[in-house]
Amino acid sequence: MKLTRRMLLASGAAALAAPRLAFAQGETIKIGILHSLSGTMAISETTLKDTMLMLIEAQNAKGGVLGKMLEPVVVDPASDWPLFAEKARELLTVQKVACMFGCWTSVSRKSVLPVIEELNGLLFYPVQYEGEESSKNVFYTGAAPNQQAIPAVDYYLNELGIEKFALLGTDYVYPRTTNNILEAYLKSKGIAAEDIFVNYTPFGHSDWSKIVADVVALGADGKKVGVISTVNGDANIGFYKELAAAGVTADKLPVIAFSVGEEELSGLDTSNLVGHLAAWNYFQSAETPANAEFIAAWKAFIKDDKRVTNDPMEAHYIGFNMWVQAVTAAGTTDVDPVIDAMVGQTFPNLTGGVAEMLANHHLTKPVLIGEIRADGQFDIISQTEPVPGDAWTDFLPDSAVLEADWKDLRCGMYNTQSKTCVQLTSNY
Amino acid sequence: MPVSSVPKYPGGPGAAPPAASALARRGFLARNPSVLWFLGLLAALCLTITALSPALDLDMVSTSFIKTLGKTLCLCLAALAMDVVWGYAGILSLGHMAFFALGGYMIGQWLMYARTEEIVLAALASDPIPPTAAEIAQGVASQIFGVVGSSEMPLIWTFADSLPLQLALVVLVPGTLALVFGWLAFRSRVTGVYLSILTQAMTLALSLFLFQNDSGLRGNNGLSGLQNLPGLSATGQDAVSLAFFLVSAAALGLTYLLLAWAISGKFGSVLRAIRDDEARVRFLGYPVEGYKLFVFTGTAILCGLAGALYYPQAGIINPAELAPIASIYLAVWVAIGGRGRLYGAVIGAAVVSLLSSWFTGGRAPSLPLGFASLDWVDWWLVLLGLCFVAVTLFAPKGIGGLFDRWQGRRSPDRKGAPLGPDDGALQEREASE
Amino acid sequence: MLRALCLALTLVLGLTLPARSQSGSEPLAAVVARHAEAIAKPSRQTIGPVIDALAASGDPMTAAFLQAWEAKHLGQRKSDGAFFLLTPDPAGFALTALDGTPAGTAAKADIAELKPNAGVRGLISTALVQFTLSDPDPATRTAALDSIAKDPTAESLAPLRAAIDGEPDPALKARKIRLERLLTLQFDPDHAARIAAIDGFGSDLGLDVRAALSPLVATRRLAATAAPAGANIARELRLGRDLTRTEAYDLLTAAGLAPERLSLEDQRAALAAHIVAGRTGGIPLAELADQDARDRAYSALEASGTVPPAATADEVAAALAAHRFYDVYSEPDAAVTAAAAAALDRIGLKVGAMQAADLGLDALSLASIYFLAAIGLAITFGVMGVINMAHGEFITLGAYTGYVVQLFVPDLTLSILIALPLAFAVTFAAGVAMERLVIRHLYKRPLETLLATFGISIAIQQVLKNIFGTQARPLTAPAWLDGALSVNDVVSISTIRVAIFGLAVLFLGFFIWLMRRTRLGLEVRAVTQNPAMAASMGINPDRINMLTFGIGSGIAGIAGVAIGLFAKVTSDLGSDYIVQSFMTVVVGGVGSIWGTLAGASMIGALQKVIEFLNPSNTLAAQTYMILFIILFIQVRPRGIIALRGRAAGD
Repeated sequence: MKLTRRMLLASGAAALAAPRLAFAQGETIKIGILHSLSGTMAISETTLKDTMLMLIEAQNAKGGVLGKMLEPVVVDPASDWPLFAEKARELLTVQKVACMFGCWTSVSRKSVLPVIEELNGLLFYPVQYEGEESSKNVFYTGAAPNQQAIPAVDYYLNELGIEKFALLGTDYVYPRTTNNILEAYLKSKGIAAEDIFVNYTPFGHSDWSKIVADVVALGADGKKVGVISTVNGDANIGFYKELAAAGVTADKLPVIAFSVGEEELSGLDTSNLVGHLAAWNYFQSAETPANAEFIAAWKAFIKDDKRVTNDPMEAHYIGFNMWVQAVTAAGTTDVDPVIDAMVGQTFPNLTGGVAEMLANHHLTKPVLIGEIRADGQFDIISQTEPVPGDAWTDFLPDSAVLEADWKDLRCGMYNTQSKTCVQLTSNY
Repeated sequence: MPVSSVPKYPGGPGAAPPAASALARRGFLARNPSVLWFLGLLAALCLTITALSPALDLDMVSTSFIKTLGKTLCLCLAALAMDVVWGYAGILSLGHMAFFALGGYMIGQWLMYARTEEIVLAALASDPIPPTAAEIAQGVASQIFGVVGSSEMPLIWTFADSLPLQLALVVLVPGTLALVFGWLAFRSRVTGVYLSILTQAMTLALSLFLFQNDSGLRGNNGLSGLQNLPGLSATGQDAVSLAFFLVSAAALGLTYLLLAWAISGKFGSVLRAIRDDEARVRFLGYPVEGYKLFVFTGTAILCGLAGALYYPQAGIINPAELAPIASIYLAVWVAIGGRGRLYGAVIGAAVVSLLSSWFTGGRAPSLPLGFASLDWVDWWLVLLGLCFVAVTLFAPKGIGGLFDRWQGRRSPDRKGAPLGPDDGALQEREASE
Repeated sequence: MLRALCLALTLVLGLTLPARSQSGSEPLAAVVARHAEAIAKPSRQTIGPVIDALAASGDPMTAAFLQAWEAKHLGQRKSDGAFFLLTPDPAGFALTALDGTPAGTAAKADIAELKPNAGVRGLISTALVQFTLSDPDPATRTAALDSIAKDPTAESLAPLRAAIDGEPDPALKARKIRLERLLTLQFDPDHAARIAAIDGFGSDLGLDVRAALSPLVATRRLAATAAPAGANIARELRLGRDLTRTEAYDLLTAAGLAPERLSLEDQRAALAAHIVAGRTGGIPLAELADQDARDRAYSALEASGTVPPAATADEVAAALAAHRFYDVYSEPDAAVTAAAAAALDRIGLKVGAMQAADLGLDALSLASIYFLAAIGLAITFGVMGVINMAHGEFITLGAYTGYVVQLFVPDLTLSILIALPLAFAVTFAAGVAMERLVIRHLYKRPLETLLATFGISIAIQQVLKNIFGTQARPLTAPAWLDGALSVNDVVSISTIRVAIFGLAVLFLGFFIWLMRRTRLGLEVRAVTQNPAMAASMGINPDRINMLTFGIGSGIAGIAGVAIGLFAKVTSDLGSDYIVQSFMTVVVGGVGSIWGTLAGASMIGALQKVIEFLNPSNTLAAQTYMILFIILFIQVRPRGIIALRGRAAGD
């Protein structure tokens, strides 16, 4: 009874879908794109949607995957976190996508997590984040703190000789957790607690005069001050304008940002910001043939010569290509075999070197530090060898004992002291 | 709604006109056929959805659609409350979604705490030494707040381990806030647009407060994973979401019945009188402030309950839910559906929120216009905005006004006089006489 | 510590290397070739000796080489690894060899540009100081002084002193003298000279002076059984007052003077490690879900000697009583620290006063921004009683107008001058259109204006998003608005904020002039107070309403240009200001421009004061500010300046 009913339904659906299938030349593989196209996060996420469309188009031009064409399914969660969960459920159960590329903020990821873990979906998350998480169903193609924040602080300590730190951030989970990790790390490097100034501002903050004055005043005790900024989104524009107005030059008081890339700089005049820094795993100014090709393809796809490329775009580029390889290797788009095939996949970075998907579902990535140029691009002044991403930071006592390994231990939160798997699902 | 139930003659509360007393002799349901219609349709919807749900193996409607419907019913419940406070009592509150979200936060605390406690206990079970209560609490705290970089359990989580206490808080917290705020505002005779702006400031302040990481409710991250009910991890989401849908429907039905009954009596008449001319009602000896405070607080509690049903279905609650715009949307739903009639509020909330969800879902086909194609994702909000304008200008009675037409009850020729529940409504009644 | 290491390194090298350079100069190319790898991939920690070797080569090209390296104009040919000075050229780069001769050109792809990081560049510029302190070009001398000021080192002192007398430029000479005193107070071996230098600064509140003085009075905490001999003690700390008992005991354990206290985790681990037949310390495991039981179990283990004894409360008290705690200056000379502390005290008082002044300026600036954003509302809401939720979008429209003008007019000054009236025109037109099409029908239904204009607001916002995209757009201030107006190192305010303040004052004046001195103002007041009577006197209320609304909207557009200049230009720029603007008007008192001014001042000042009290959380300041406003309106429902009589209307 049950079987027949389902078969009836299936055949009905097939009959309905028949004209579309003929149009798409046979069966397609659906790929969900879960990026906000409206609301506050649209500013960053729309670009990633376009990147995915470009990658899928290019892959289809090469003949698709497993002999089938790829079909993007774009939904708009509208920067509304509950809507992310709803749309993810819809993509997985109604559209039956093979995998999803999406999310930007940590909240949106935390909102989607329970749904994809329940329905055994697959998500590629392309943005640098605060770590402290490893889900079986997520591949983190952005940087973990040890691939961005820690090397940046090392650069401050070793190369610039900074002795006093101002940690400025937007008040949400990524800056909070990153700053916690950095505080612990700085203390382990012998920086006293009173030499770490922390400030949190709301999203879209625009009145920066007092905060900039506070930071300048930190230099009064003769220590060299450096700013570490996890200020997010368009609040950066007011921040940098105020810095420039206050005459804060990079050699007096450098600012290193973790959320400011080419895209954000295109919203302001950078001539007064030359020399301030950003840490990423990718800069558009990286001189490799692969990058030149990627930039050219992007400009052609978006039909705008002024558009820039940025780090999360590279993350999607690597993630998508790895997924294609994994599907090809597994011979199916079923989630479990693909997850197994993903671990160990390698793909060349756009900045040179090779990214490898680790057993903790993070990538190996080189860390690049760039100085802002007058044209809104970055001079790459430091590039490390690829650093393996660490899901659980070594600098917070609670996390130091944890490890994620989906290959041998099959656990995202494994306590190496008690040798037990704390939990199989993630924290959200 | 039956305009005739308003006392026609300013002869005090006791002197009802003869027509009204004749009506009153008939049963409540007979006087309000719309209530039966509404309950019937709601029951039919429940039966259909249950029959077609994946929980009963007939996979015709998806779980995500049931969740959407369940959430929509909760929004309808909030819209009902909004209709009573605005459409009947004339208080345009732009802060009722704050009470809605507070209800969600209160139930969310228990959901998170209990679920996390299960995980912590399971993790500690393998240890040879049994955990102390302090260790369990510490484990739960570091699981819940580890995400936002803390491991202390704030004071406001004191009752989070007890479902009955948190359920009481679902009522008490929004209720107390509304009571205090309303008492202050009504006592100072803050009315009209000033009250609207003040309520808007209240929800803004609350959302900014909750946005702080140090507020103790996980800041911008909010409470998440609420759809996973503690103790029911083995039950699939299809069953859980169907259960929530049915409970939401029952809550909506009961509330509708209760409100329709309350509104149709003397209480409702006084409310409408306050809406139409507050000063006159005060001169007649009614405690206007008391009525307003009661309605404001009562509807806030209703919103809190709706929120407590909504967020376990949404799965996550965060301070953005309290942003002023959410409450404005609530008012807009009621306006589009038709103020001053309960089914209008339900229709408005259901239609607009479902349409929004459909248009932003990317499934609405693009509209080719020859020179360019119209993408609904881009243009839906523009259309919605213009709809508000059109409804306010041309159809002050909203979608509900269509039913009047359908019943052959034509709106009175207003001869240029303005309509609406503000000072206009009184003139409308005068014009119809 | 790093700085000390570098100092030591450079001192040692500074002693050895010049000796070689005197014995006979070595060609630059040879030194470079020897250190090729380090120069191509420099790190601040290791490059010091290489730079010193280069600086000491004695080759005349050395300064040019270092300058090019610092300016990122040095390159390495990929084919053979040879170094060249680069000049941009149509073909790629024009090359100059290390002996100063031109070496043709090379394509961009053949040259690896060397990009030393800021730390390395700092070391290079320090090395350059000896070449440039007496350079004929004043700009180069200024750069040399900047470099010393940024990284004061002991060995800069001698060349700086030598360069003072020959300085022709009086301003530069004054700066050299000041720098010399700053270096003296830090590095001079003669104590008297240091104290004289410290006293010479008086109560100068320059950041550089404070930065030089503060390290002299830096202290560290010390626990000892008796006062440490020979140490420059700042003060003795008293338990319970200067430091808590926990802190004190942590100090003791850190210094190895007392045993660690037992943490709960360690206790648990110790208990788990000594489980014998389902019991530990003689207590069944099942009972250990209780802290008291665990303590008893641990004591039992302690008694049997299986676990090391942990510090008990008595032992802690004894250890604390046996030790004394001090803050000790790192600087050994007591006279110097006393002079520095006295100087810092003098400065501190003045700095406090200046900080208050700076806070006042910030508050004034924020108030002027709120005022500018709200002044349009003061007209449409305050005078006409129309709730215009689309007011924020008019601000946004103004900002985008500024952006579009800059697309066509590259000259920034000119573009702003065009943008201001154009923004007014655009939003004036939008306002008039909205008044004619929508608001005019809703004058009797104020609550519904709110809904209709909210609809317009989300429609405009989305249309702007569709046209301009979601990215923030640049709106750049002309160069003369860049920078800041600084009174001293503490009190300063950016020029753009001063300009916004000026604009706010201008519009305050404009508004008062318009309402009090013009025919239009008279008619507006008449229509507001009694439309029917005004109409019967021959005033056309429709026209007046339309114009008033247009002017209110137009001013919002100008506010948009101003706000866009100091913050971001995105489609939700205006919605950030809408609630605050309404509150500004309501708090101040509806219908009075002075009320709006008072409201904006109160909100601005309040927010800054709360920010000052809680500097690490700006969000809290906004929350408490709104909370205060809600309570304030309860006390004064009609705002700060309440109109009385007929003008109050109702």
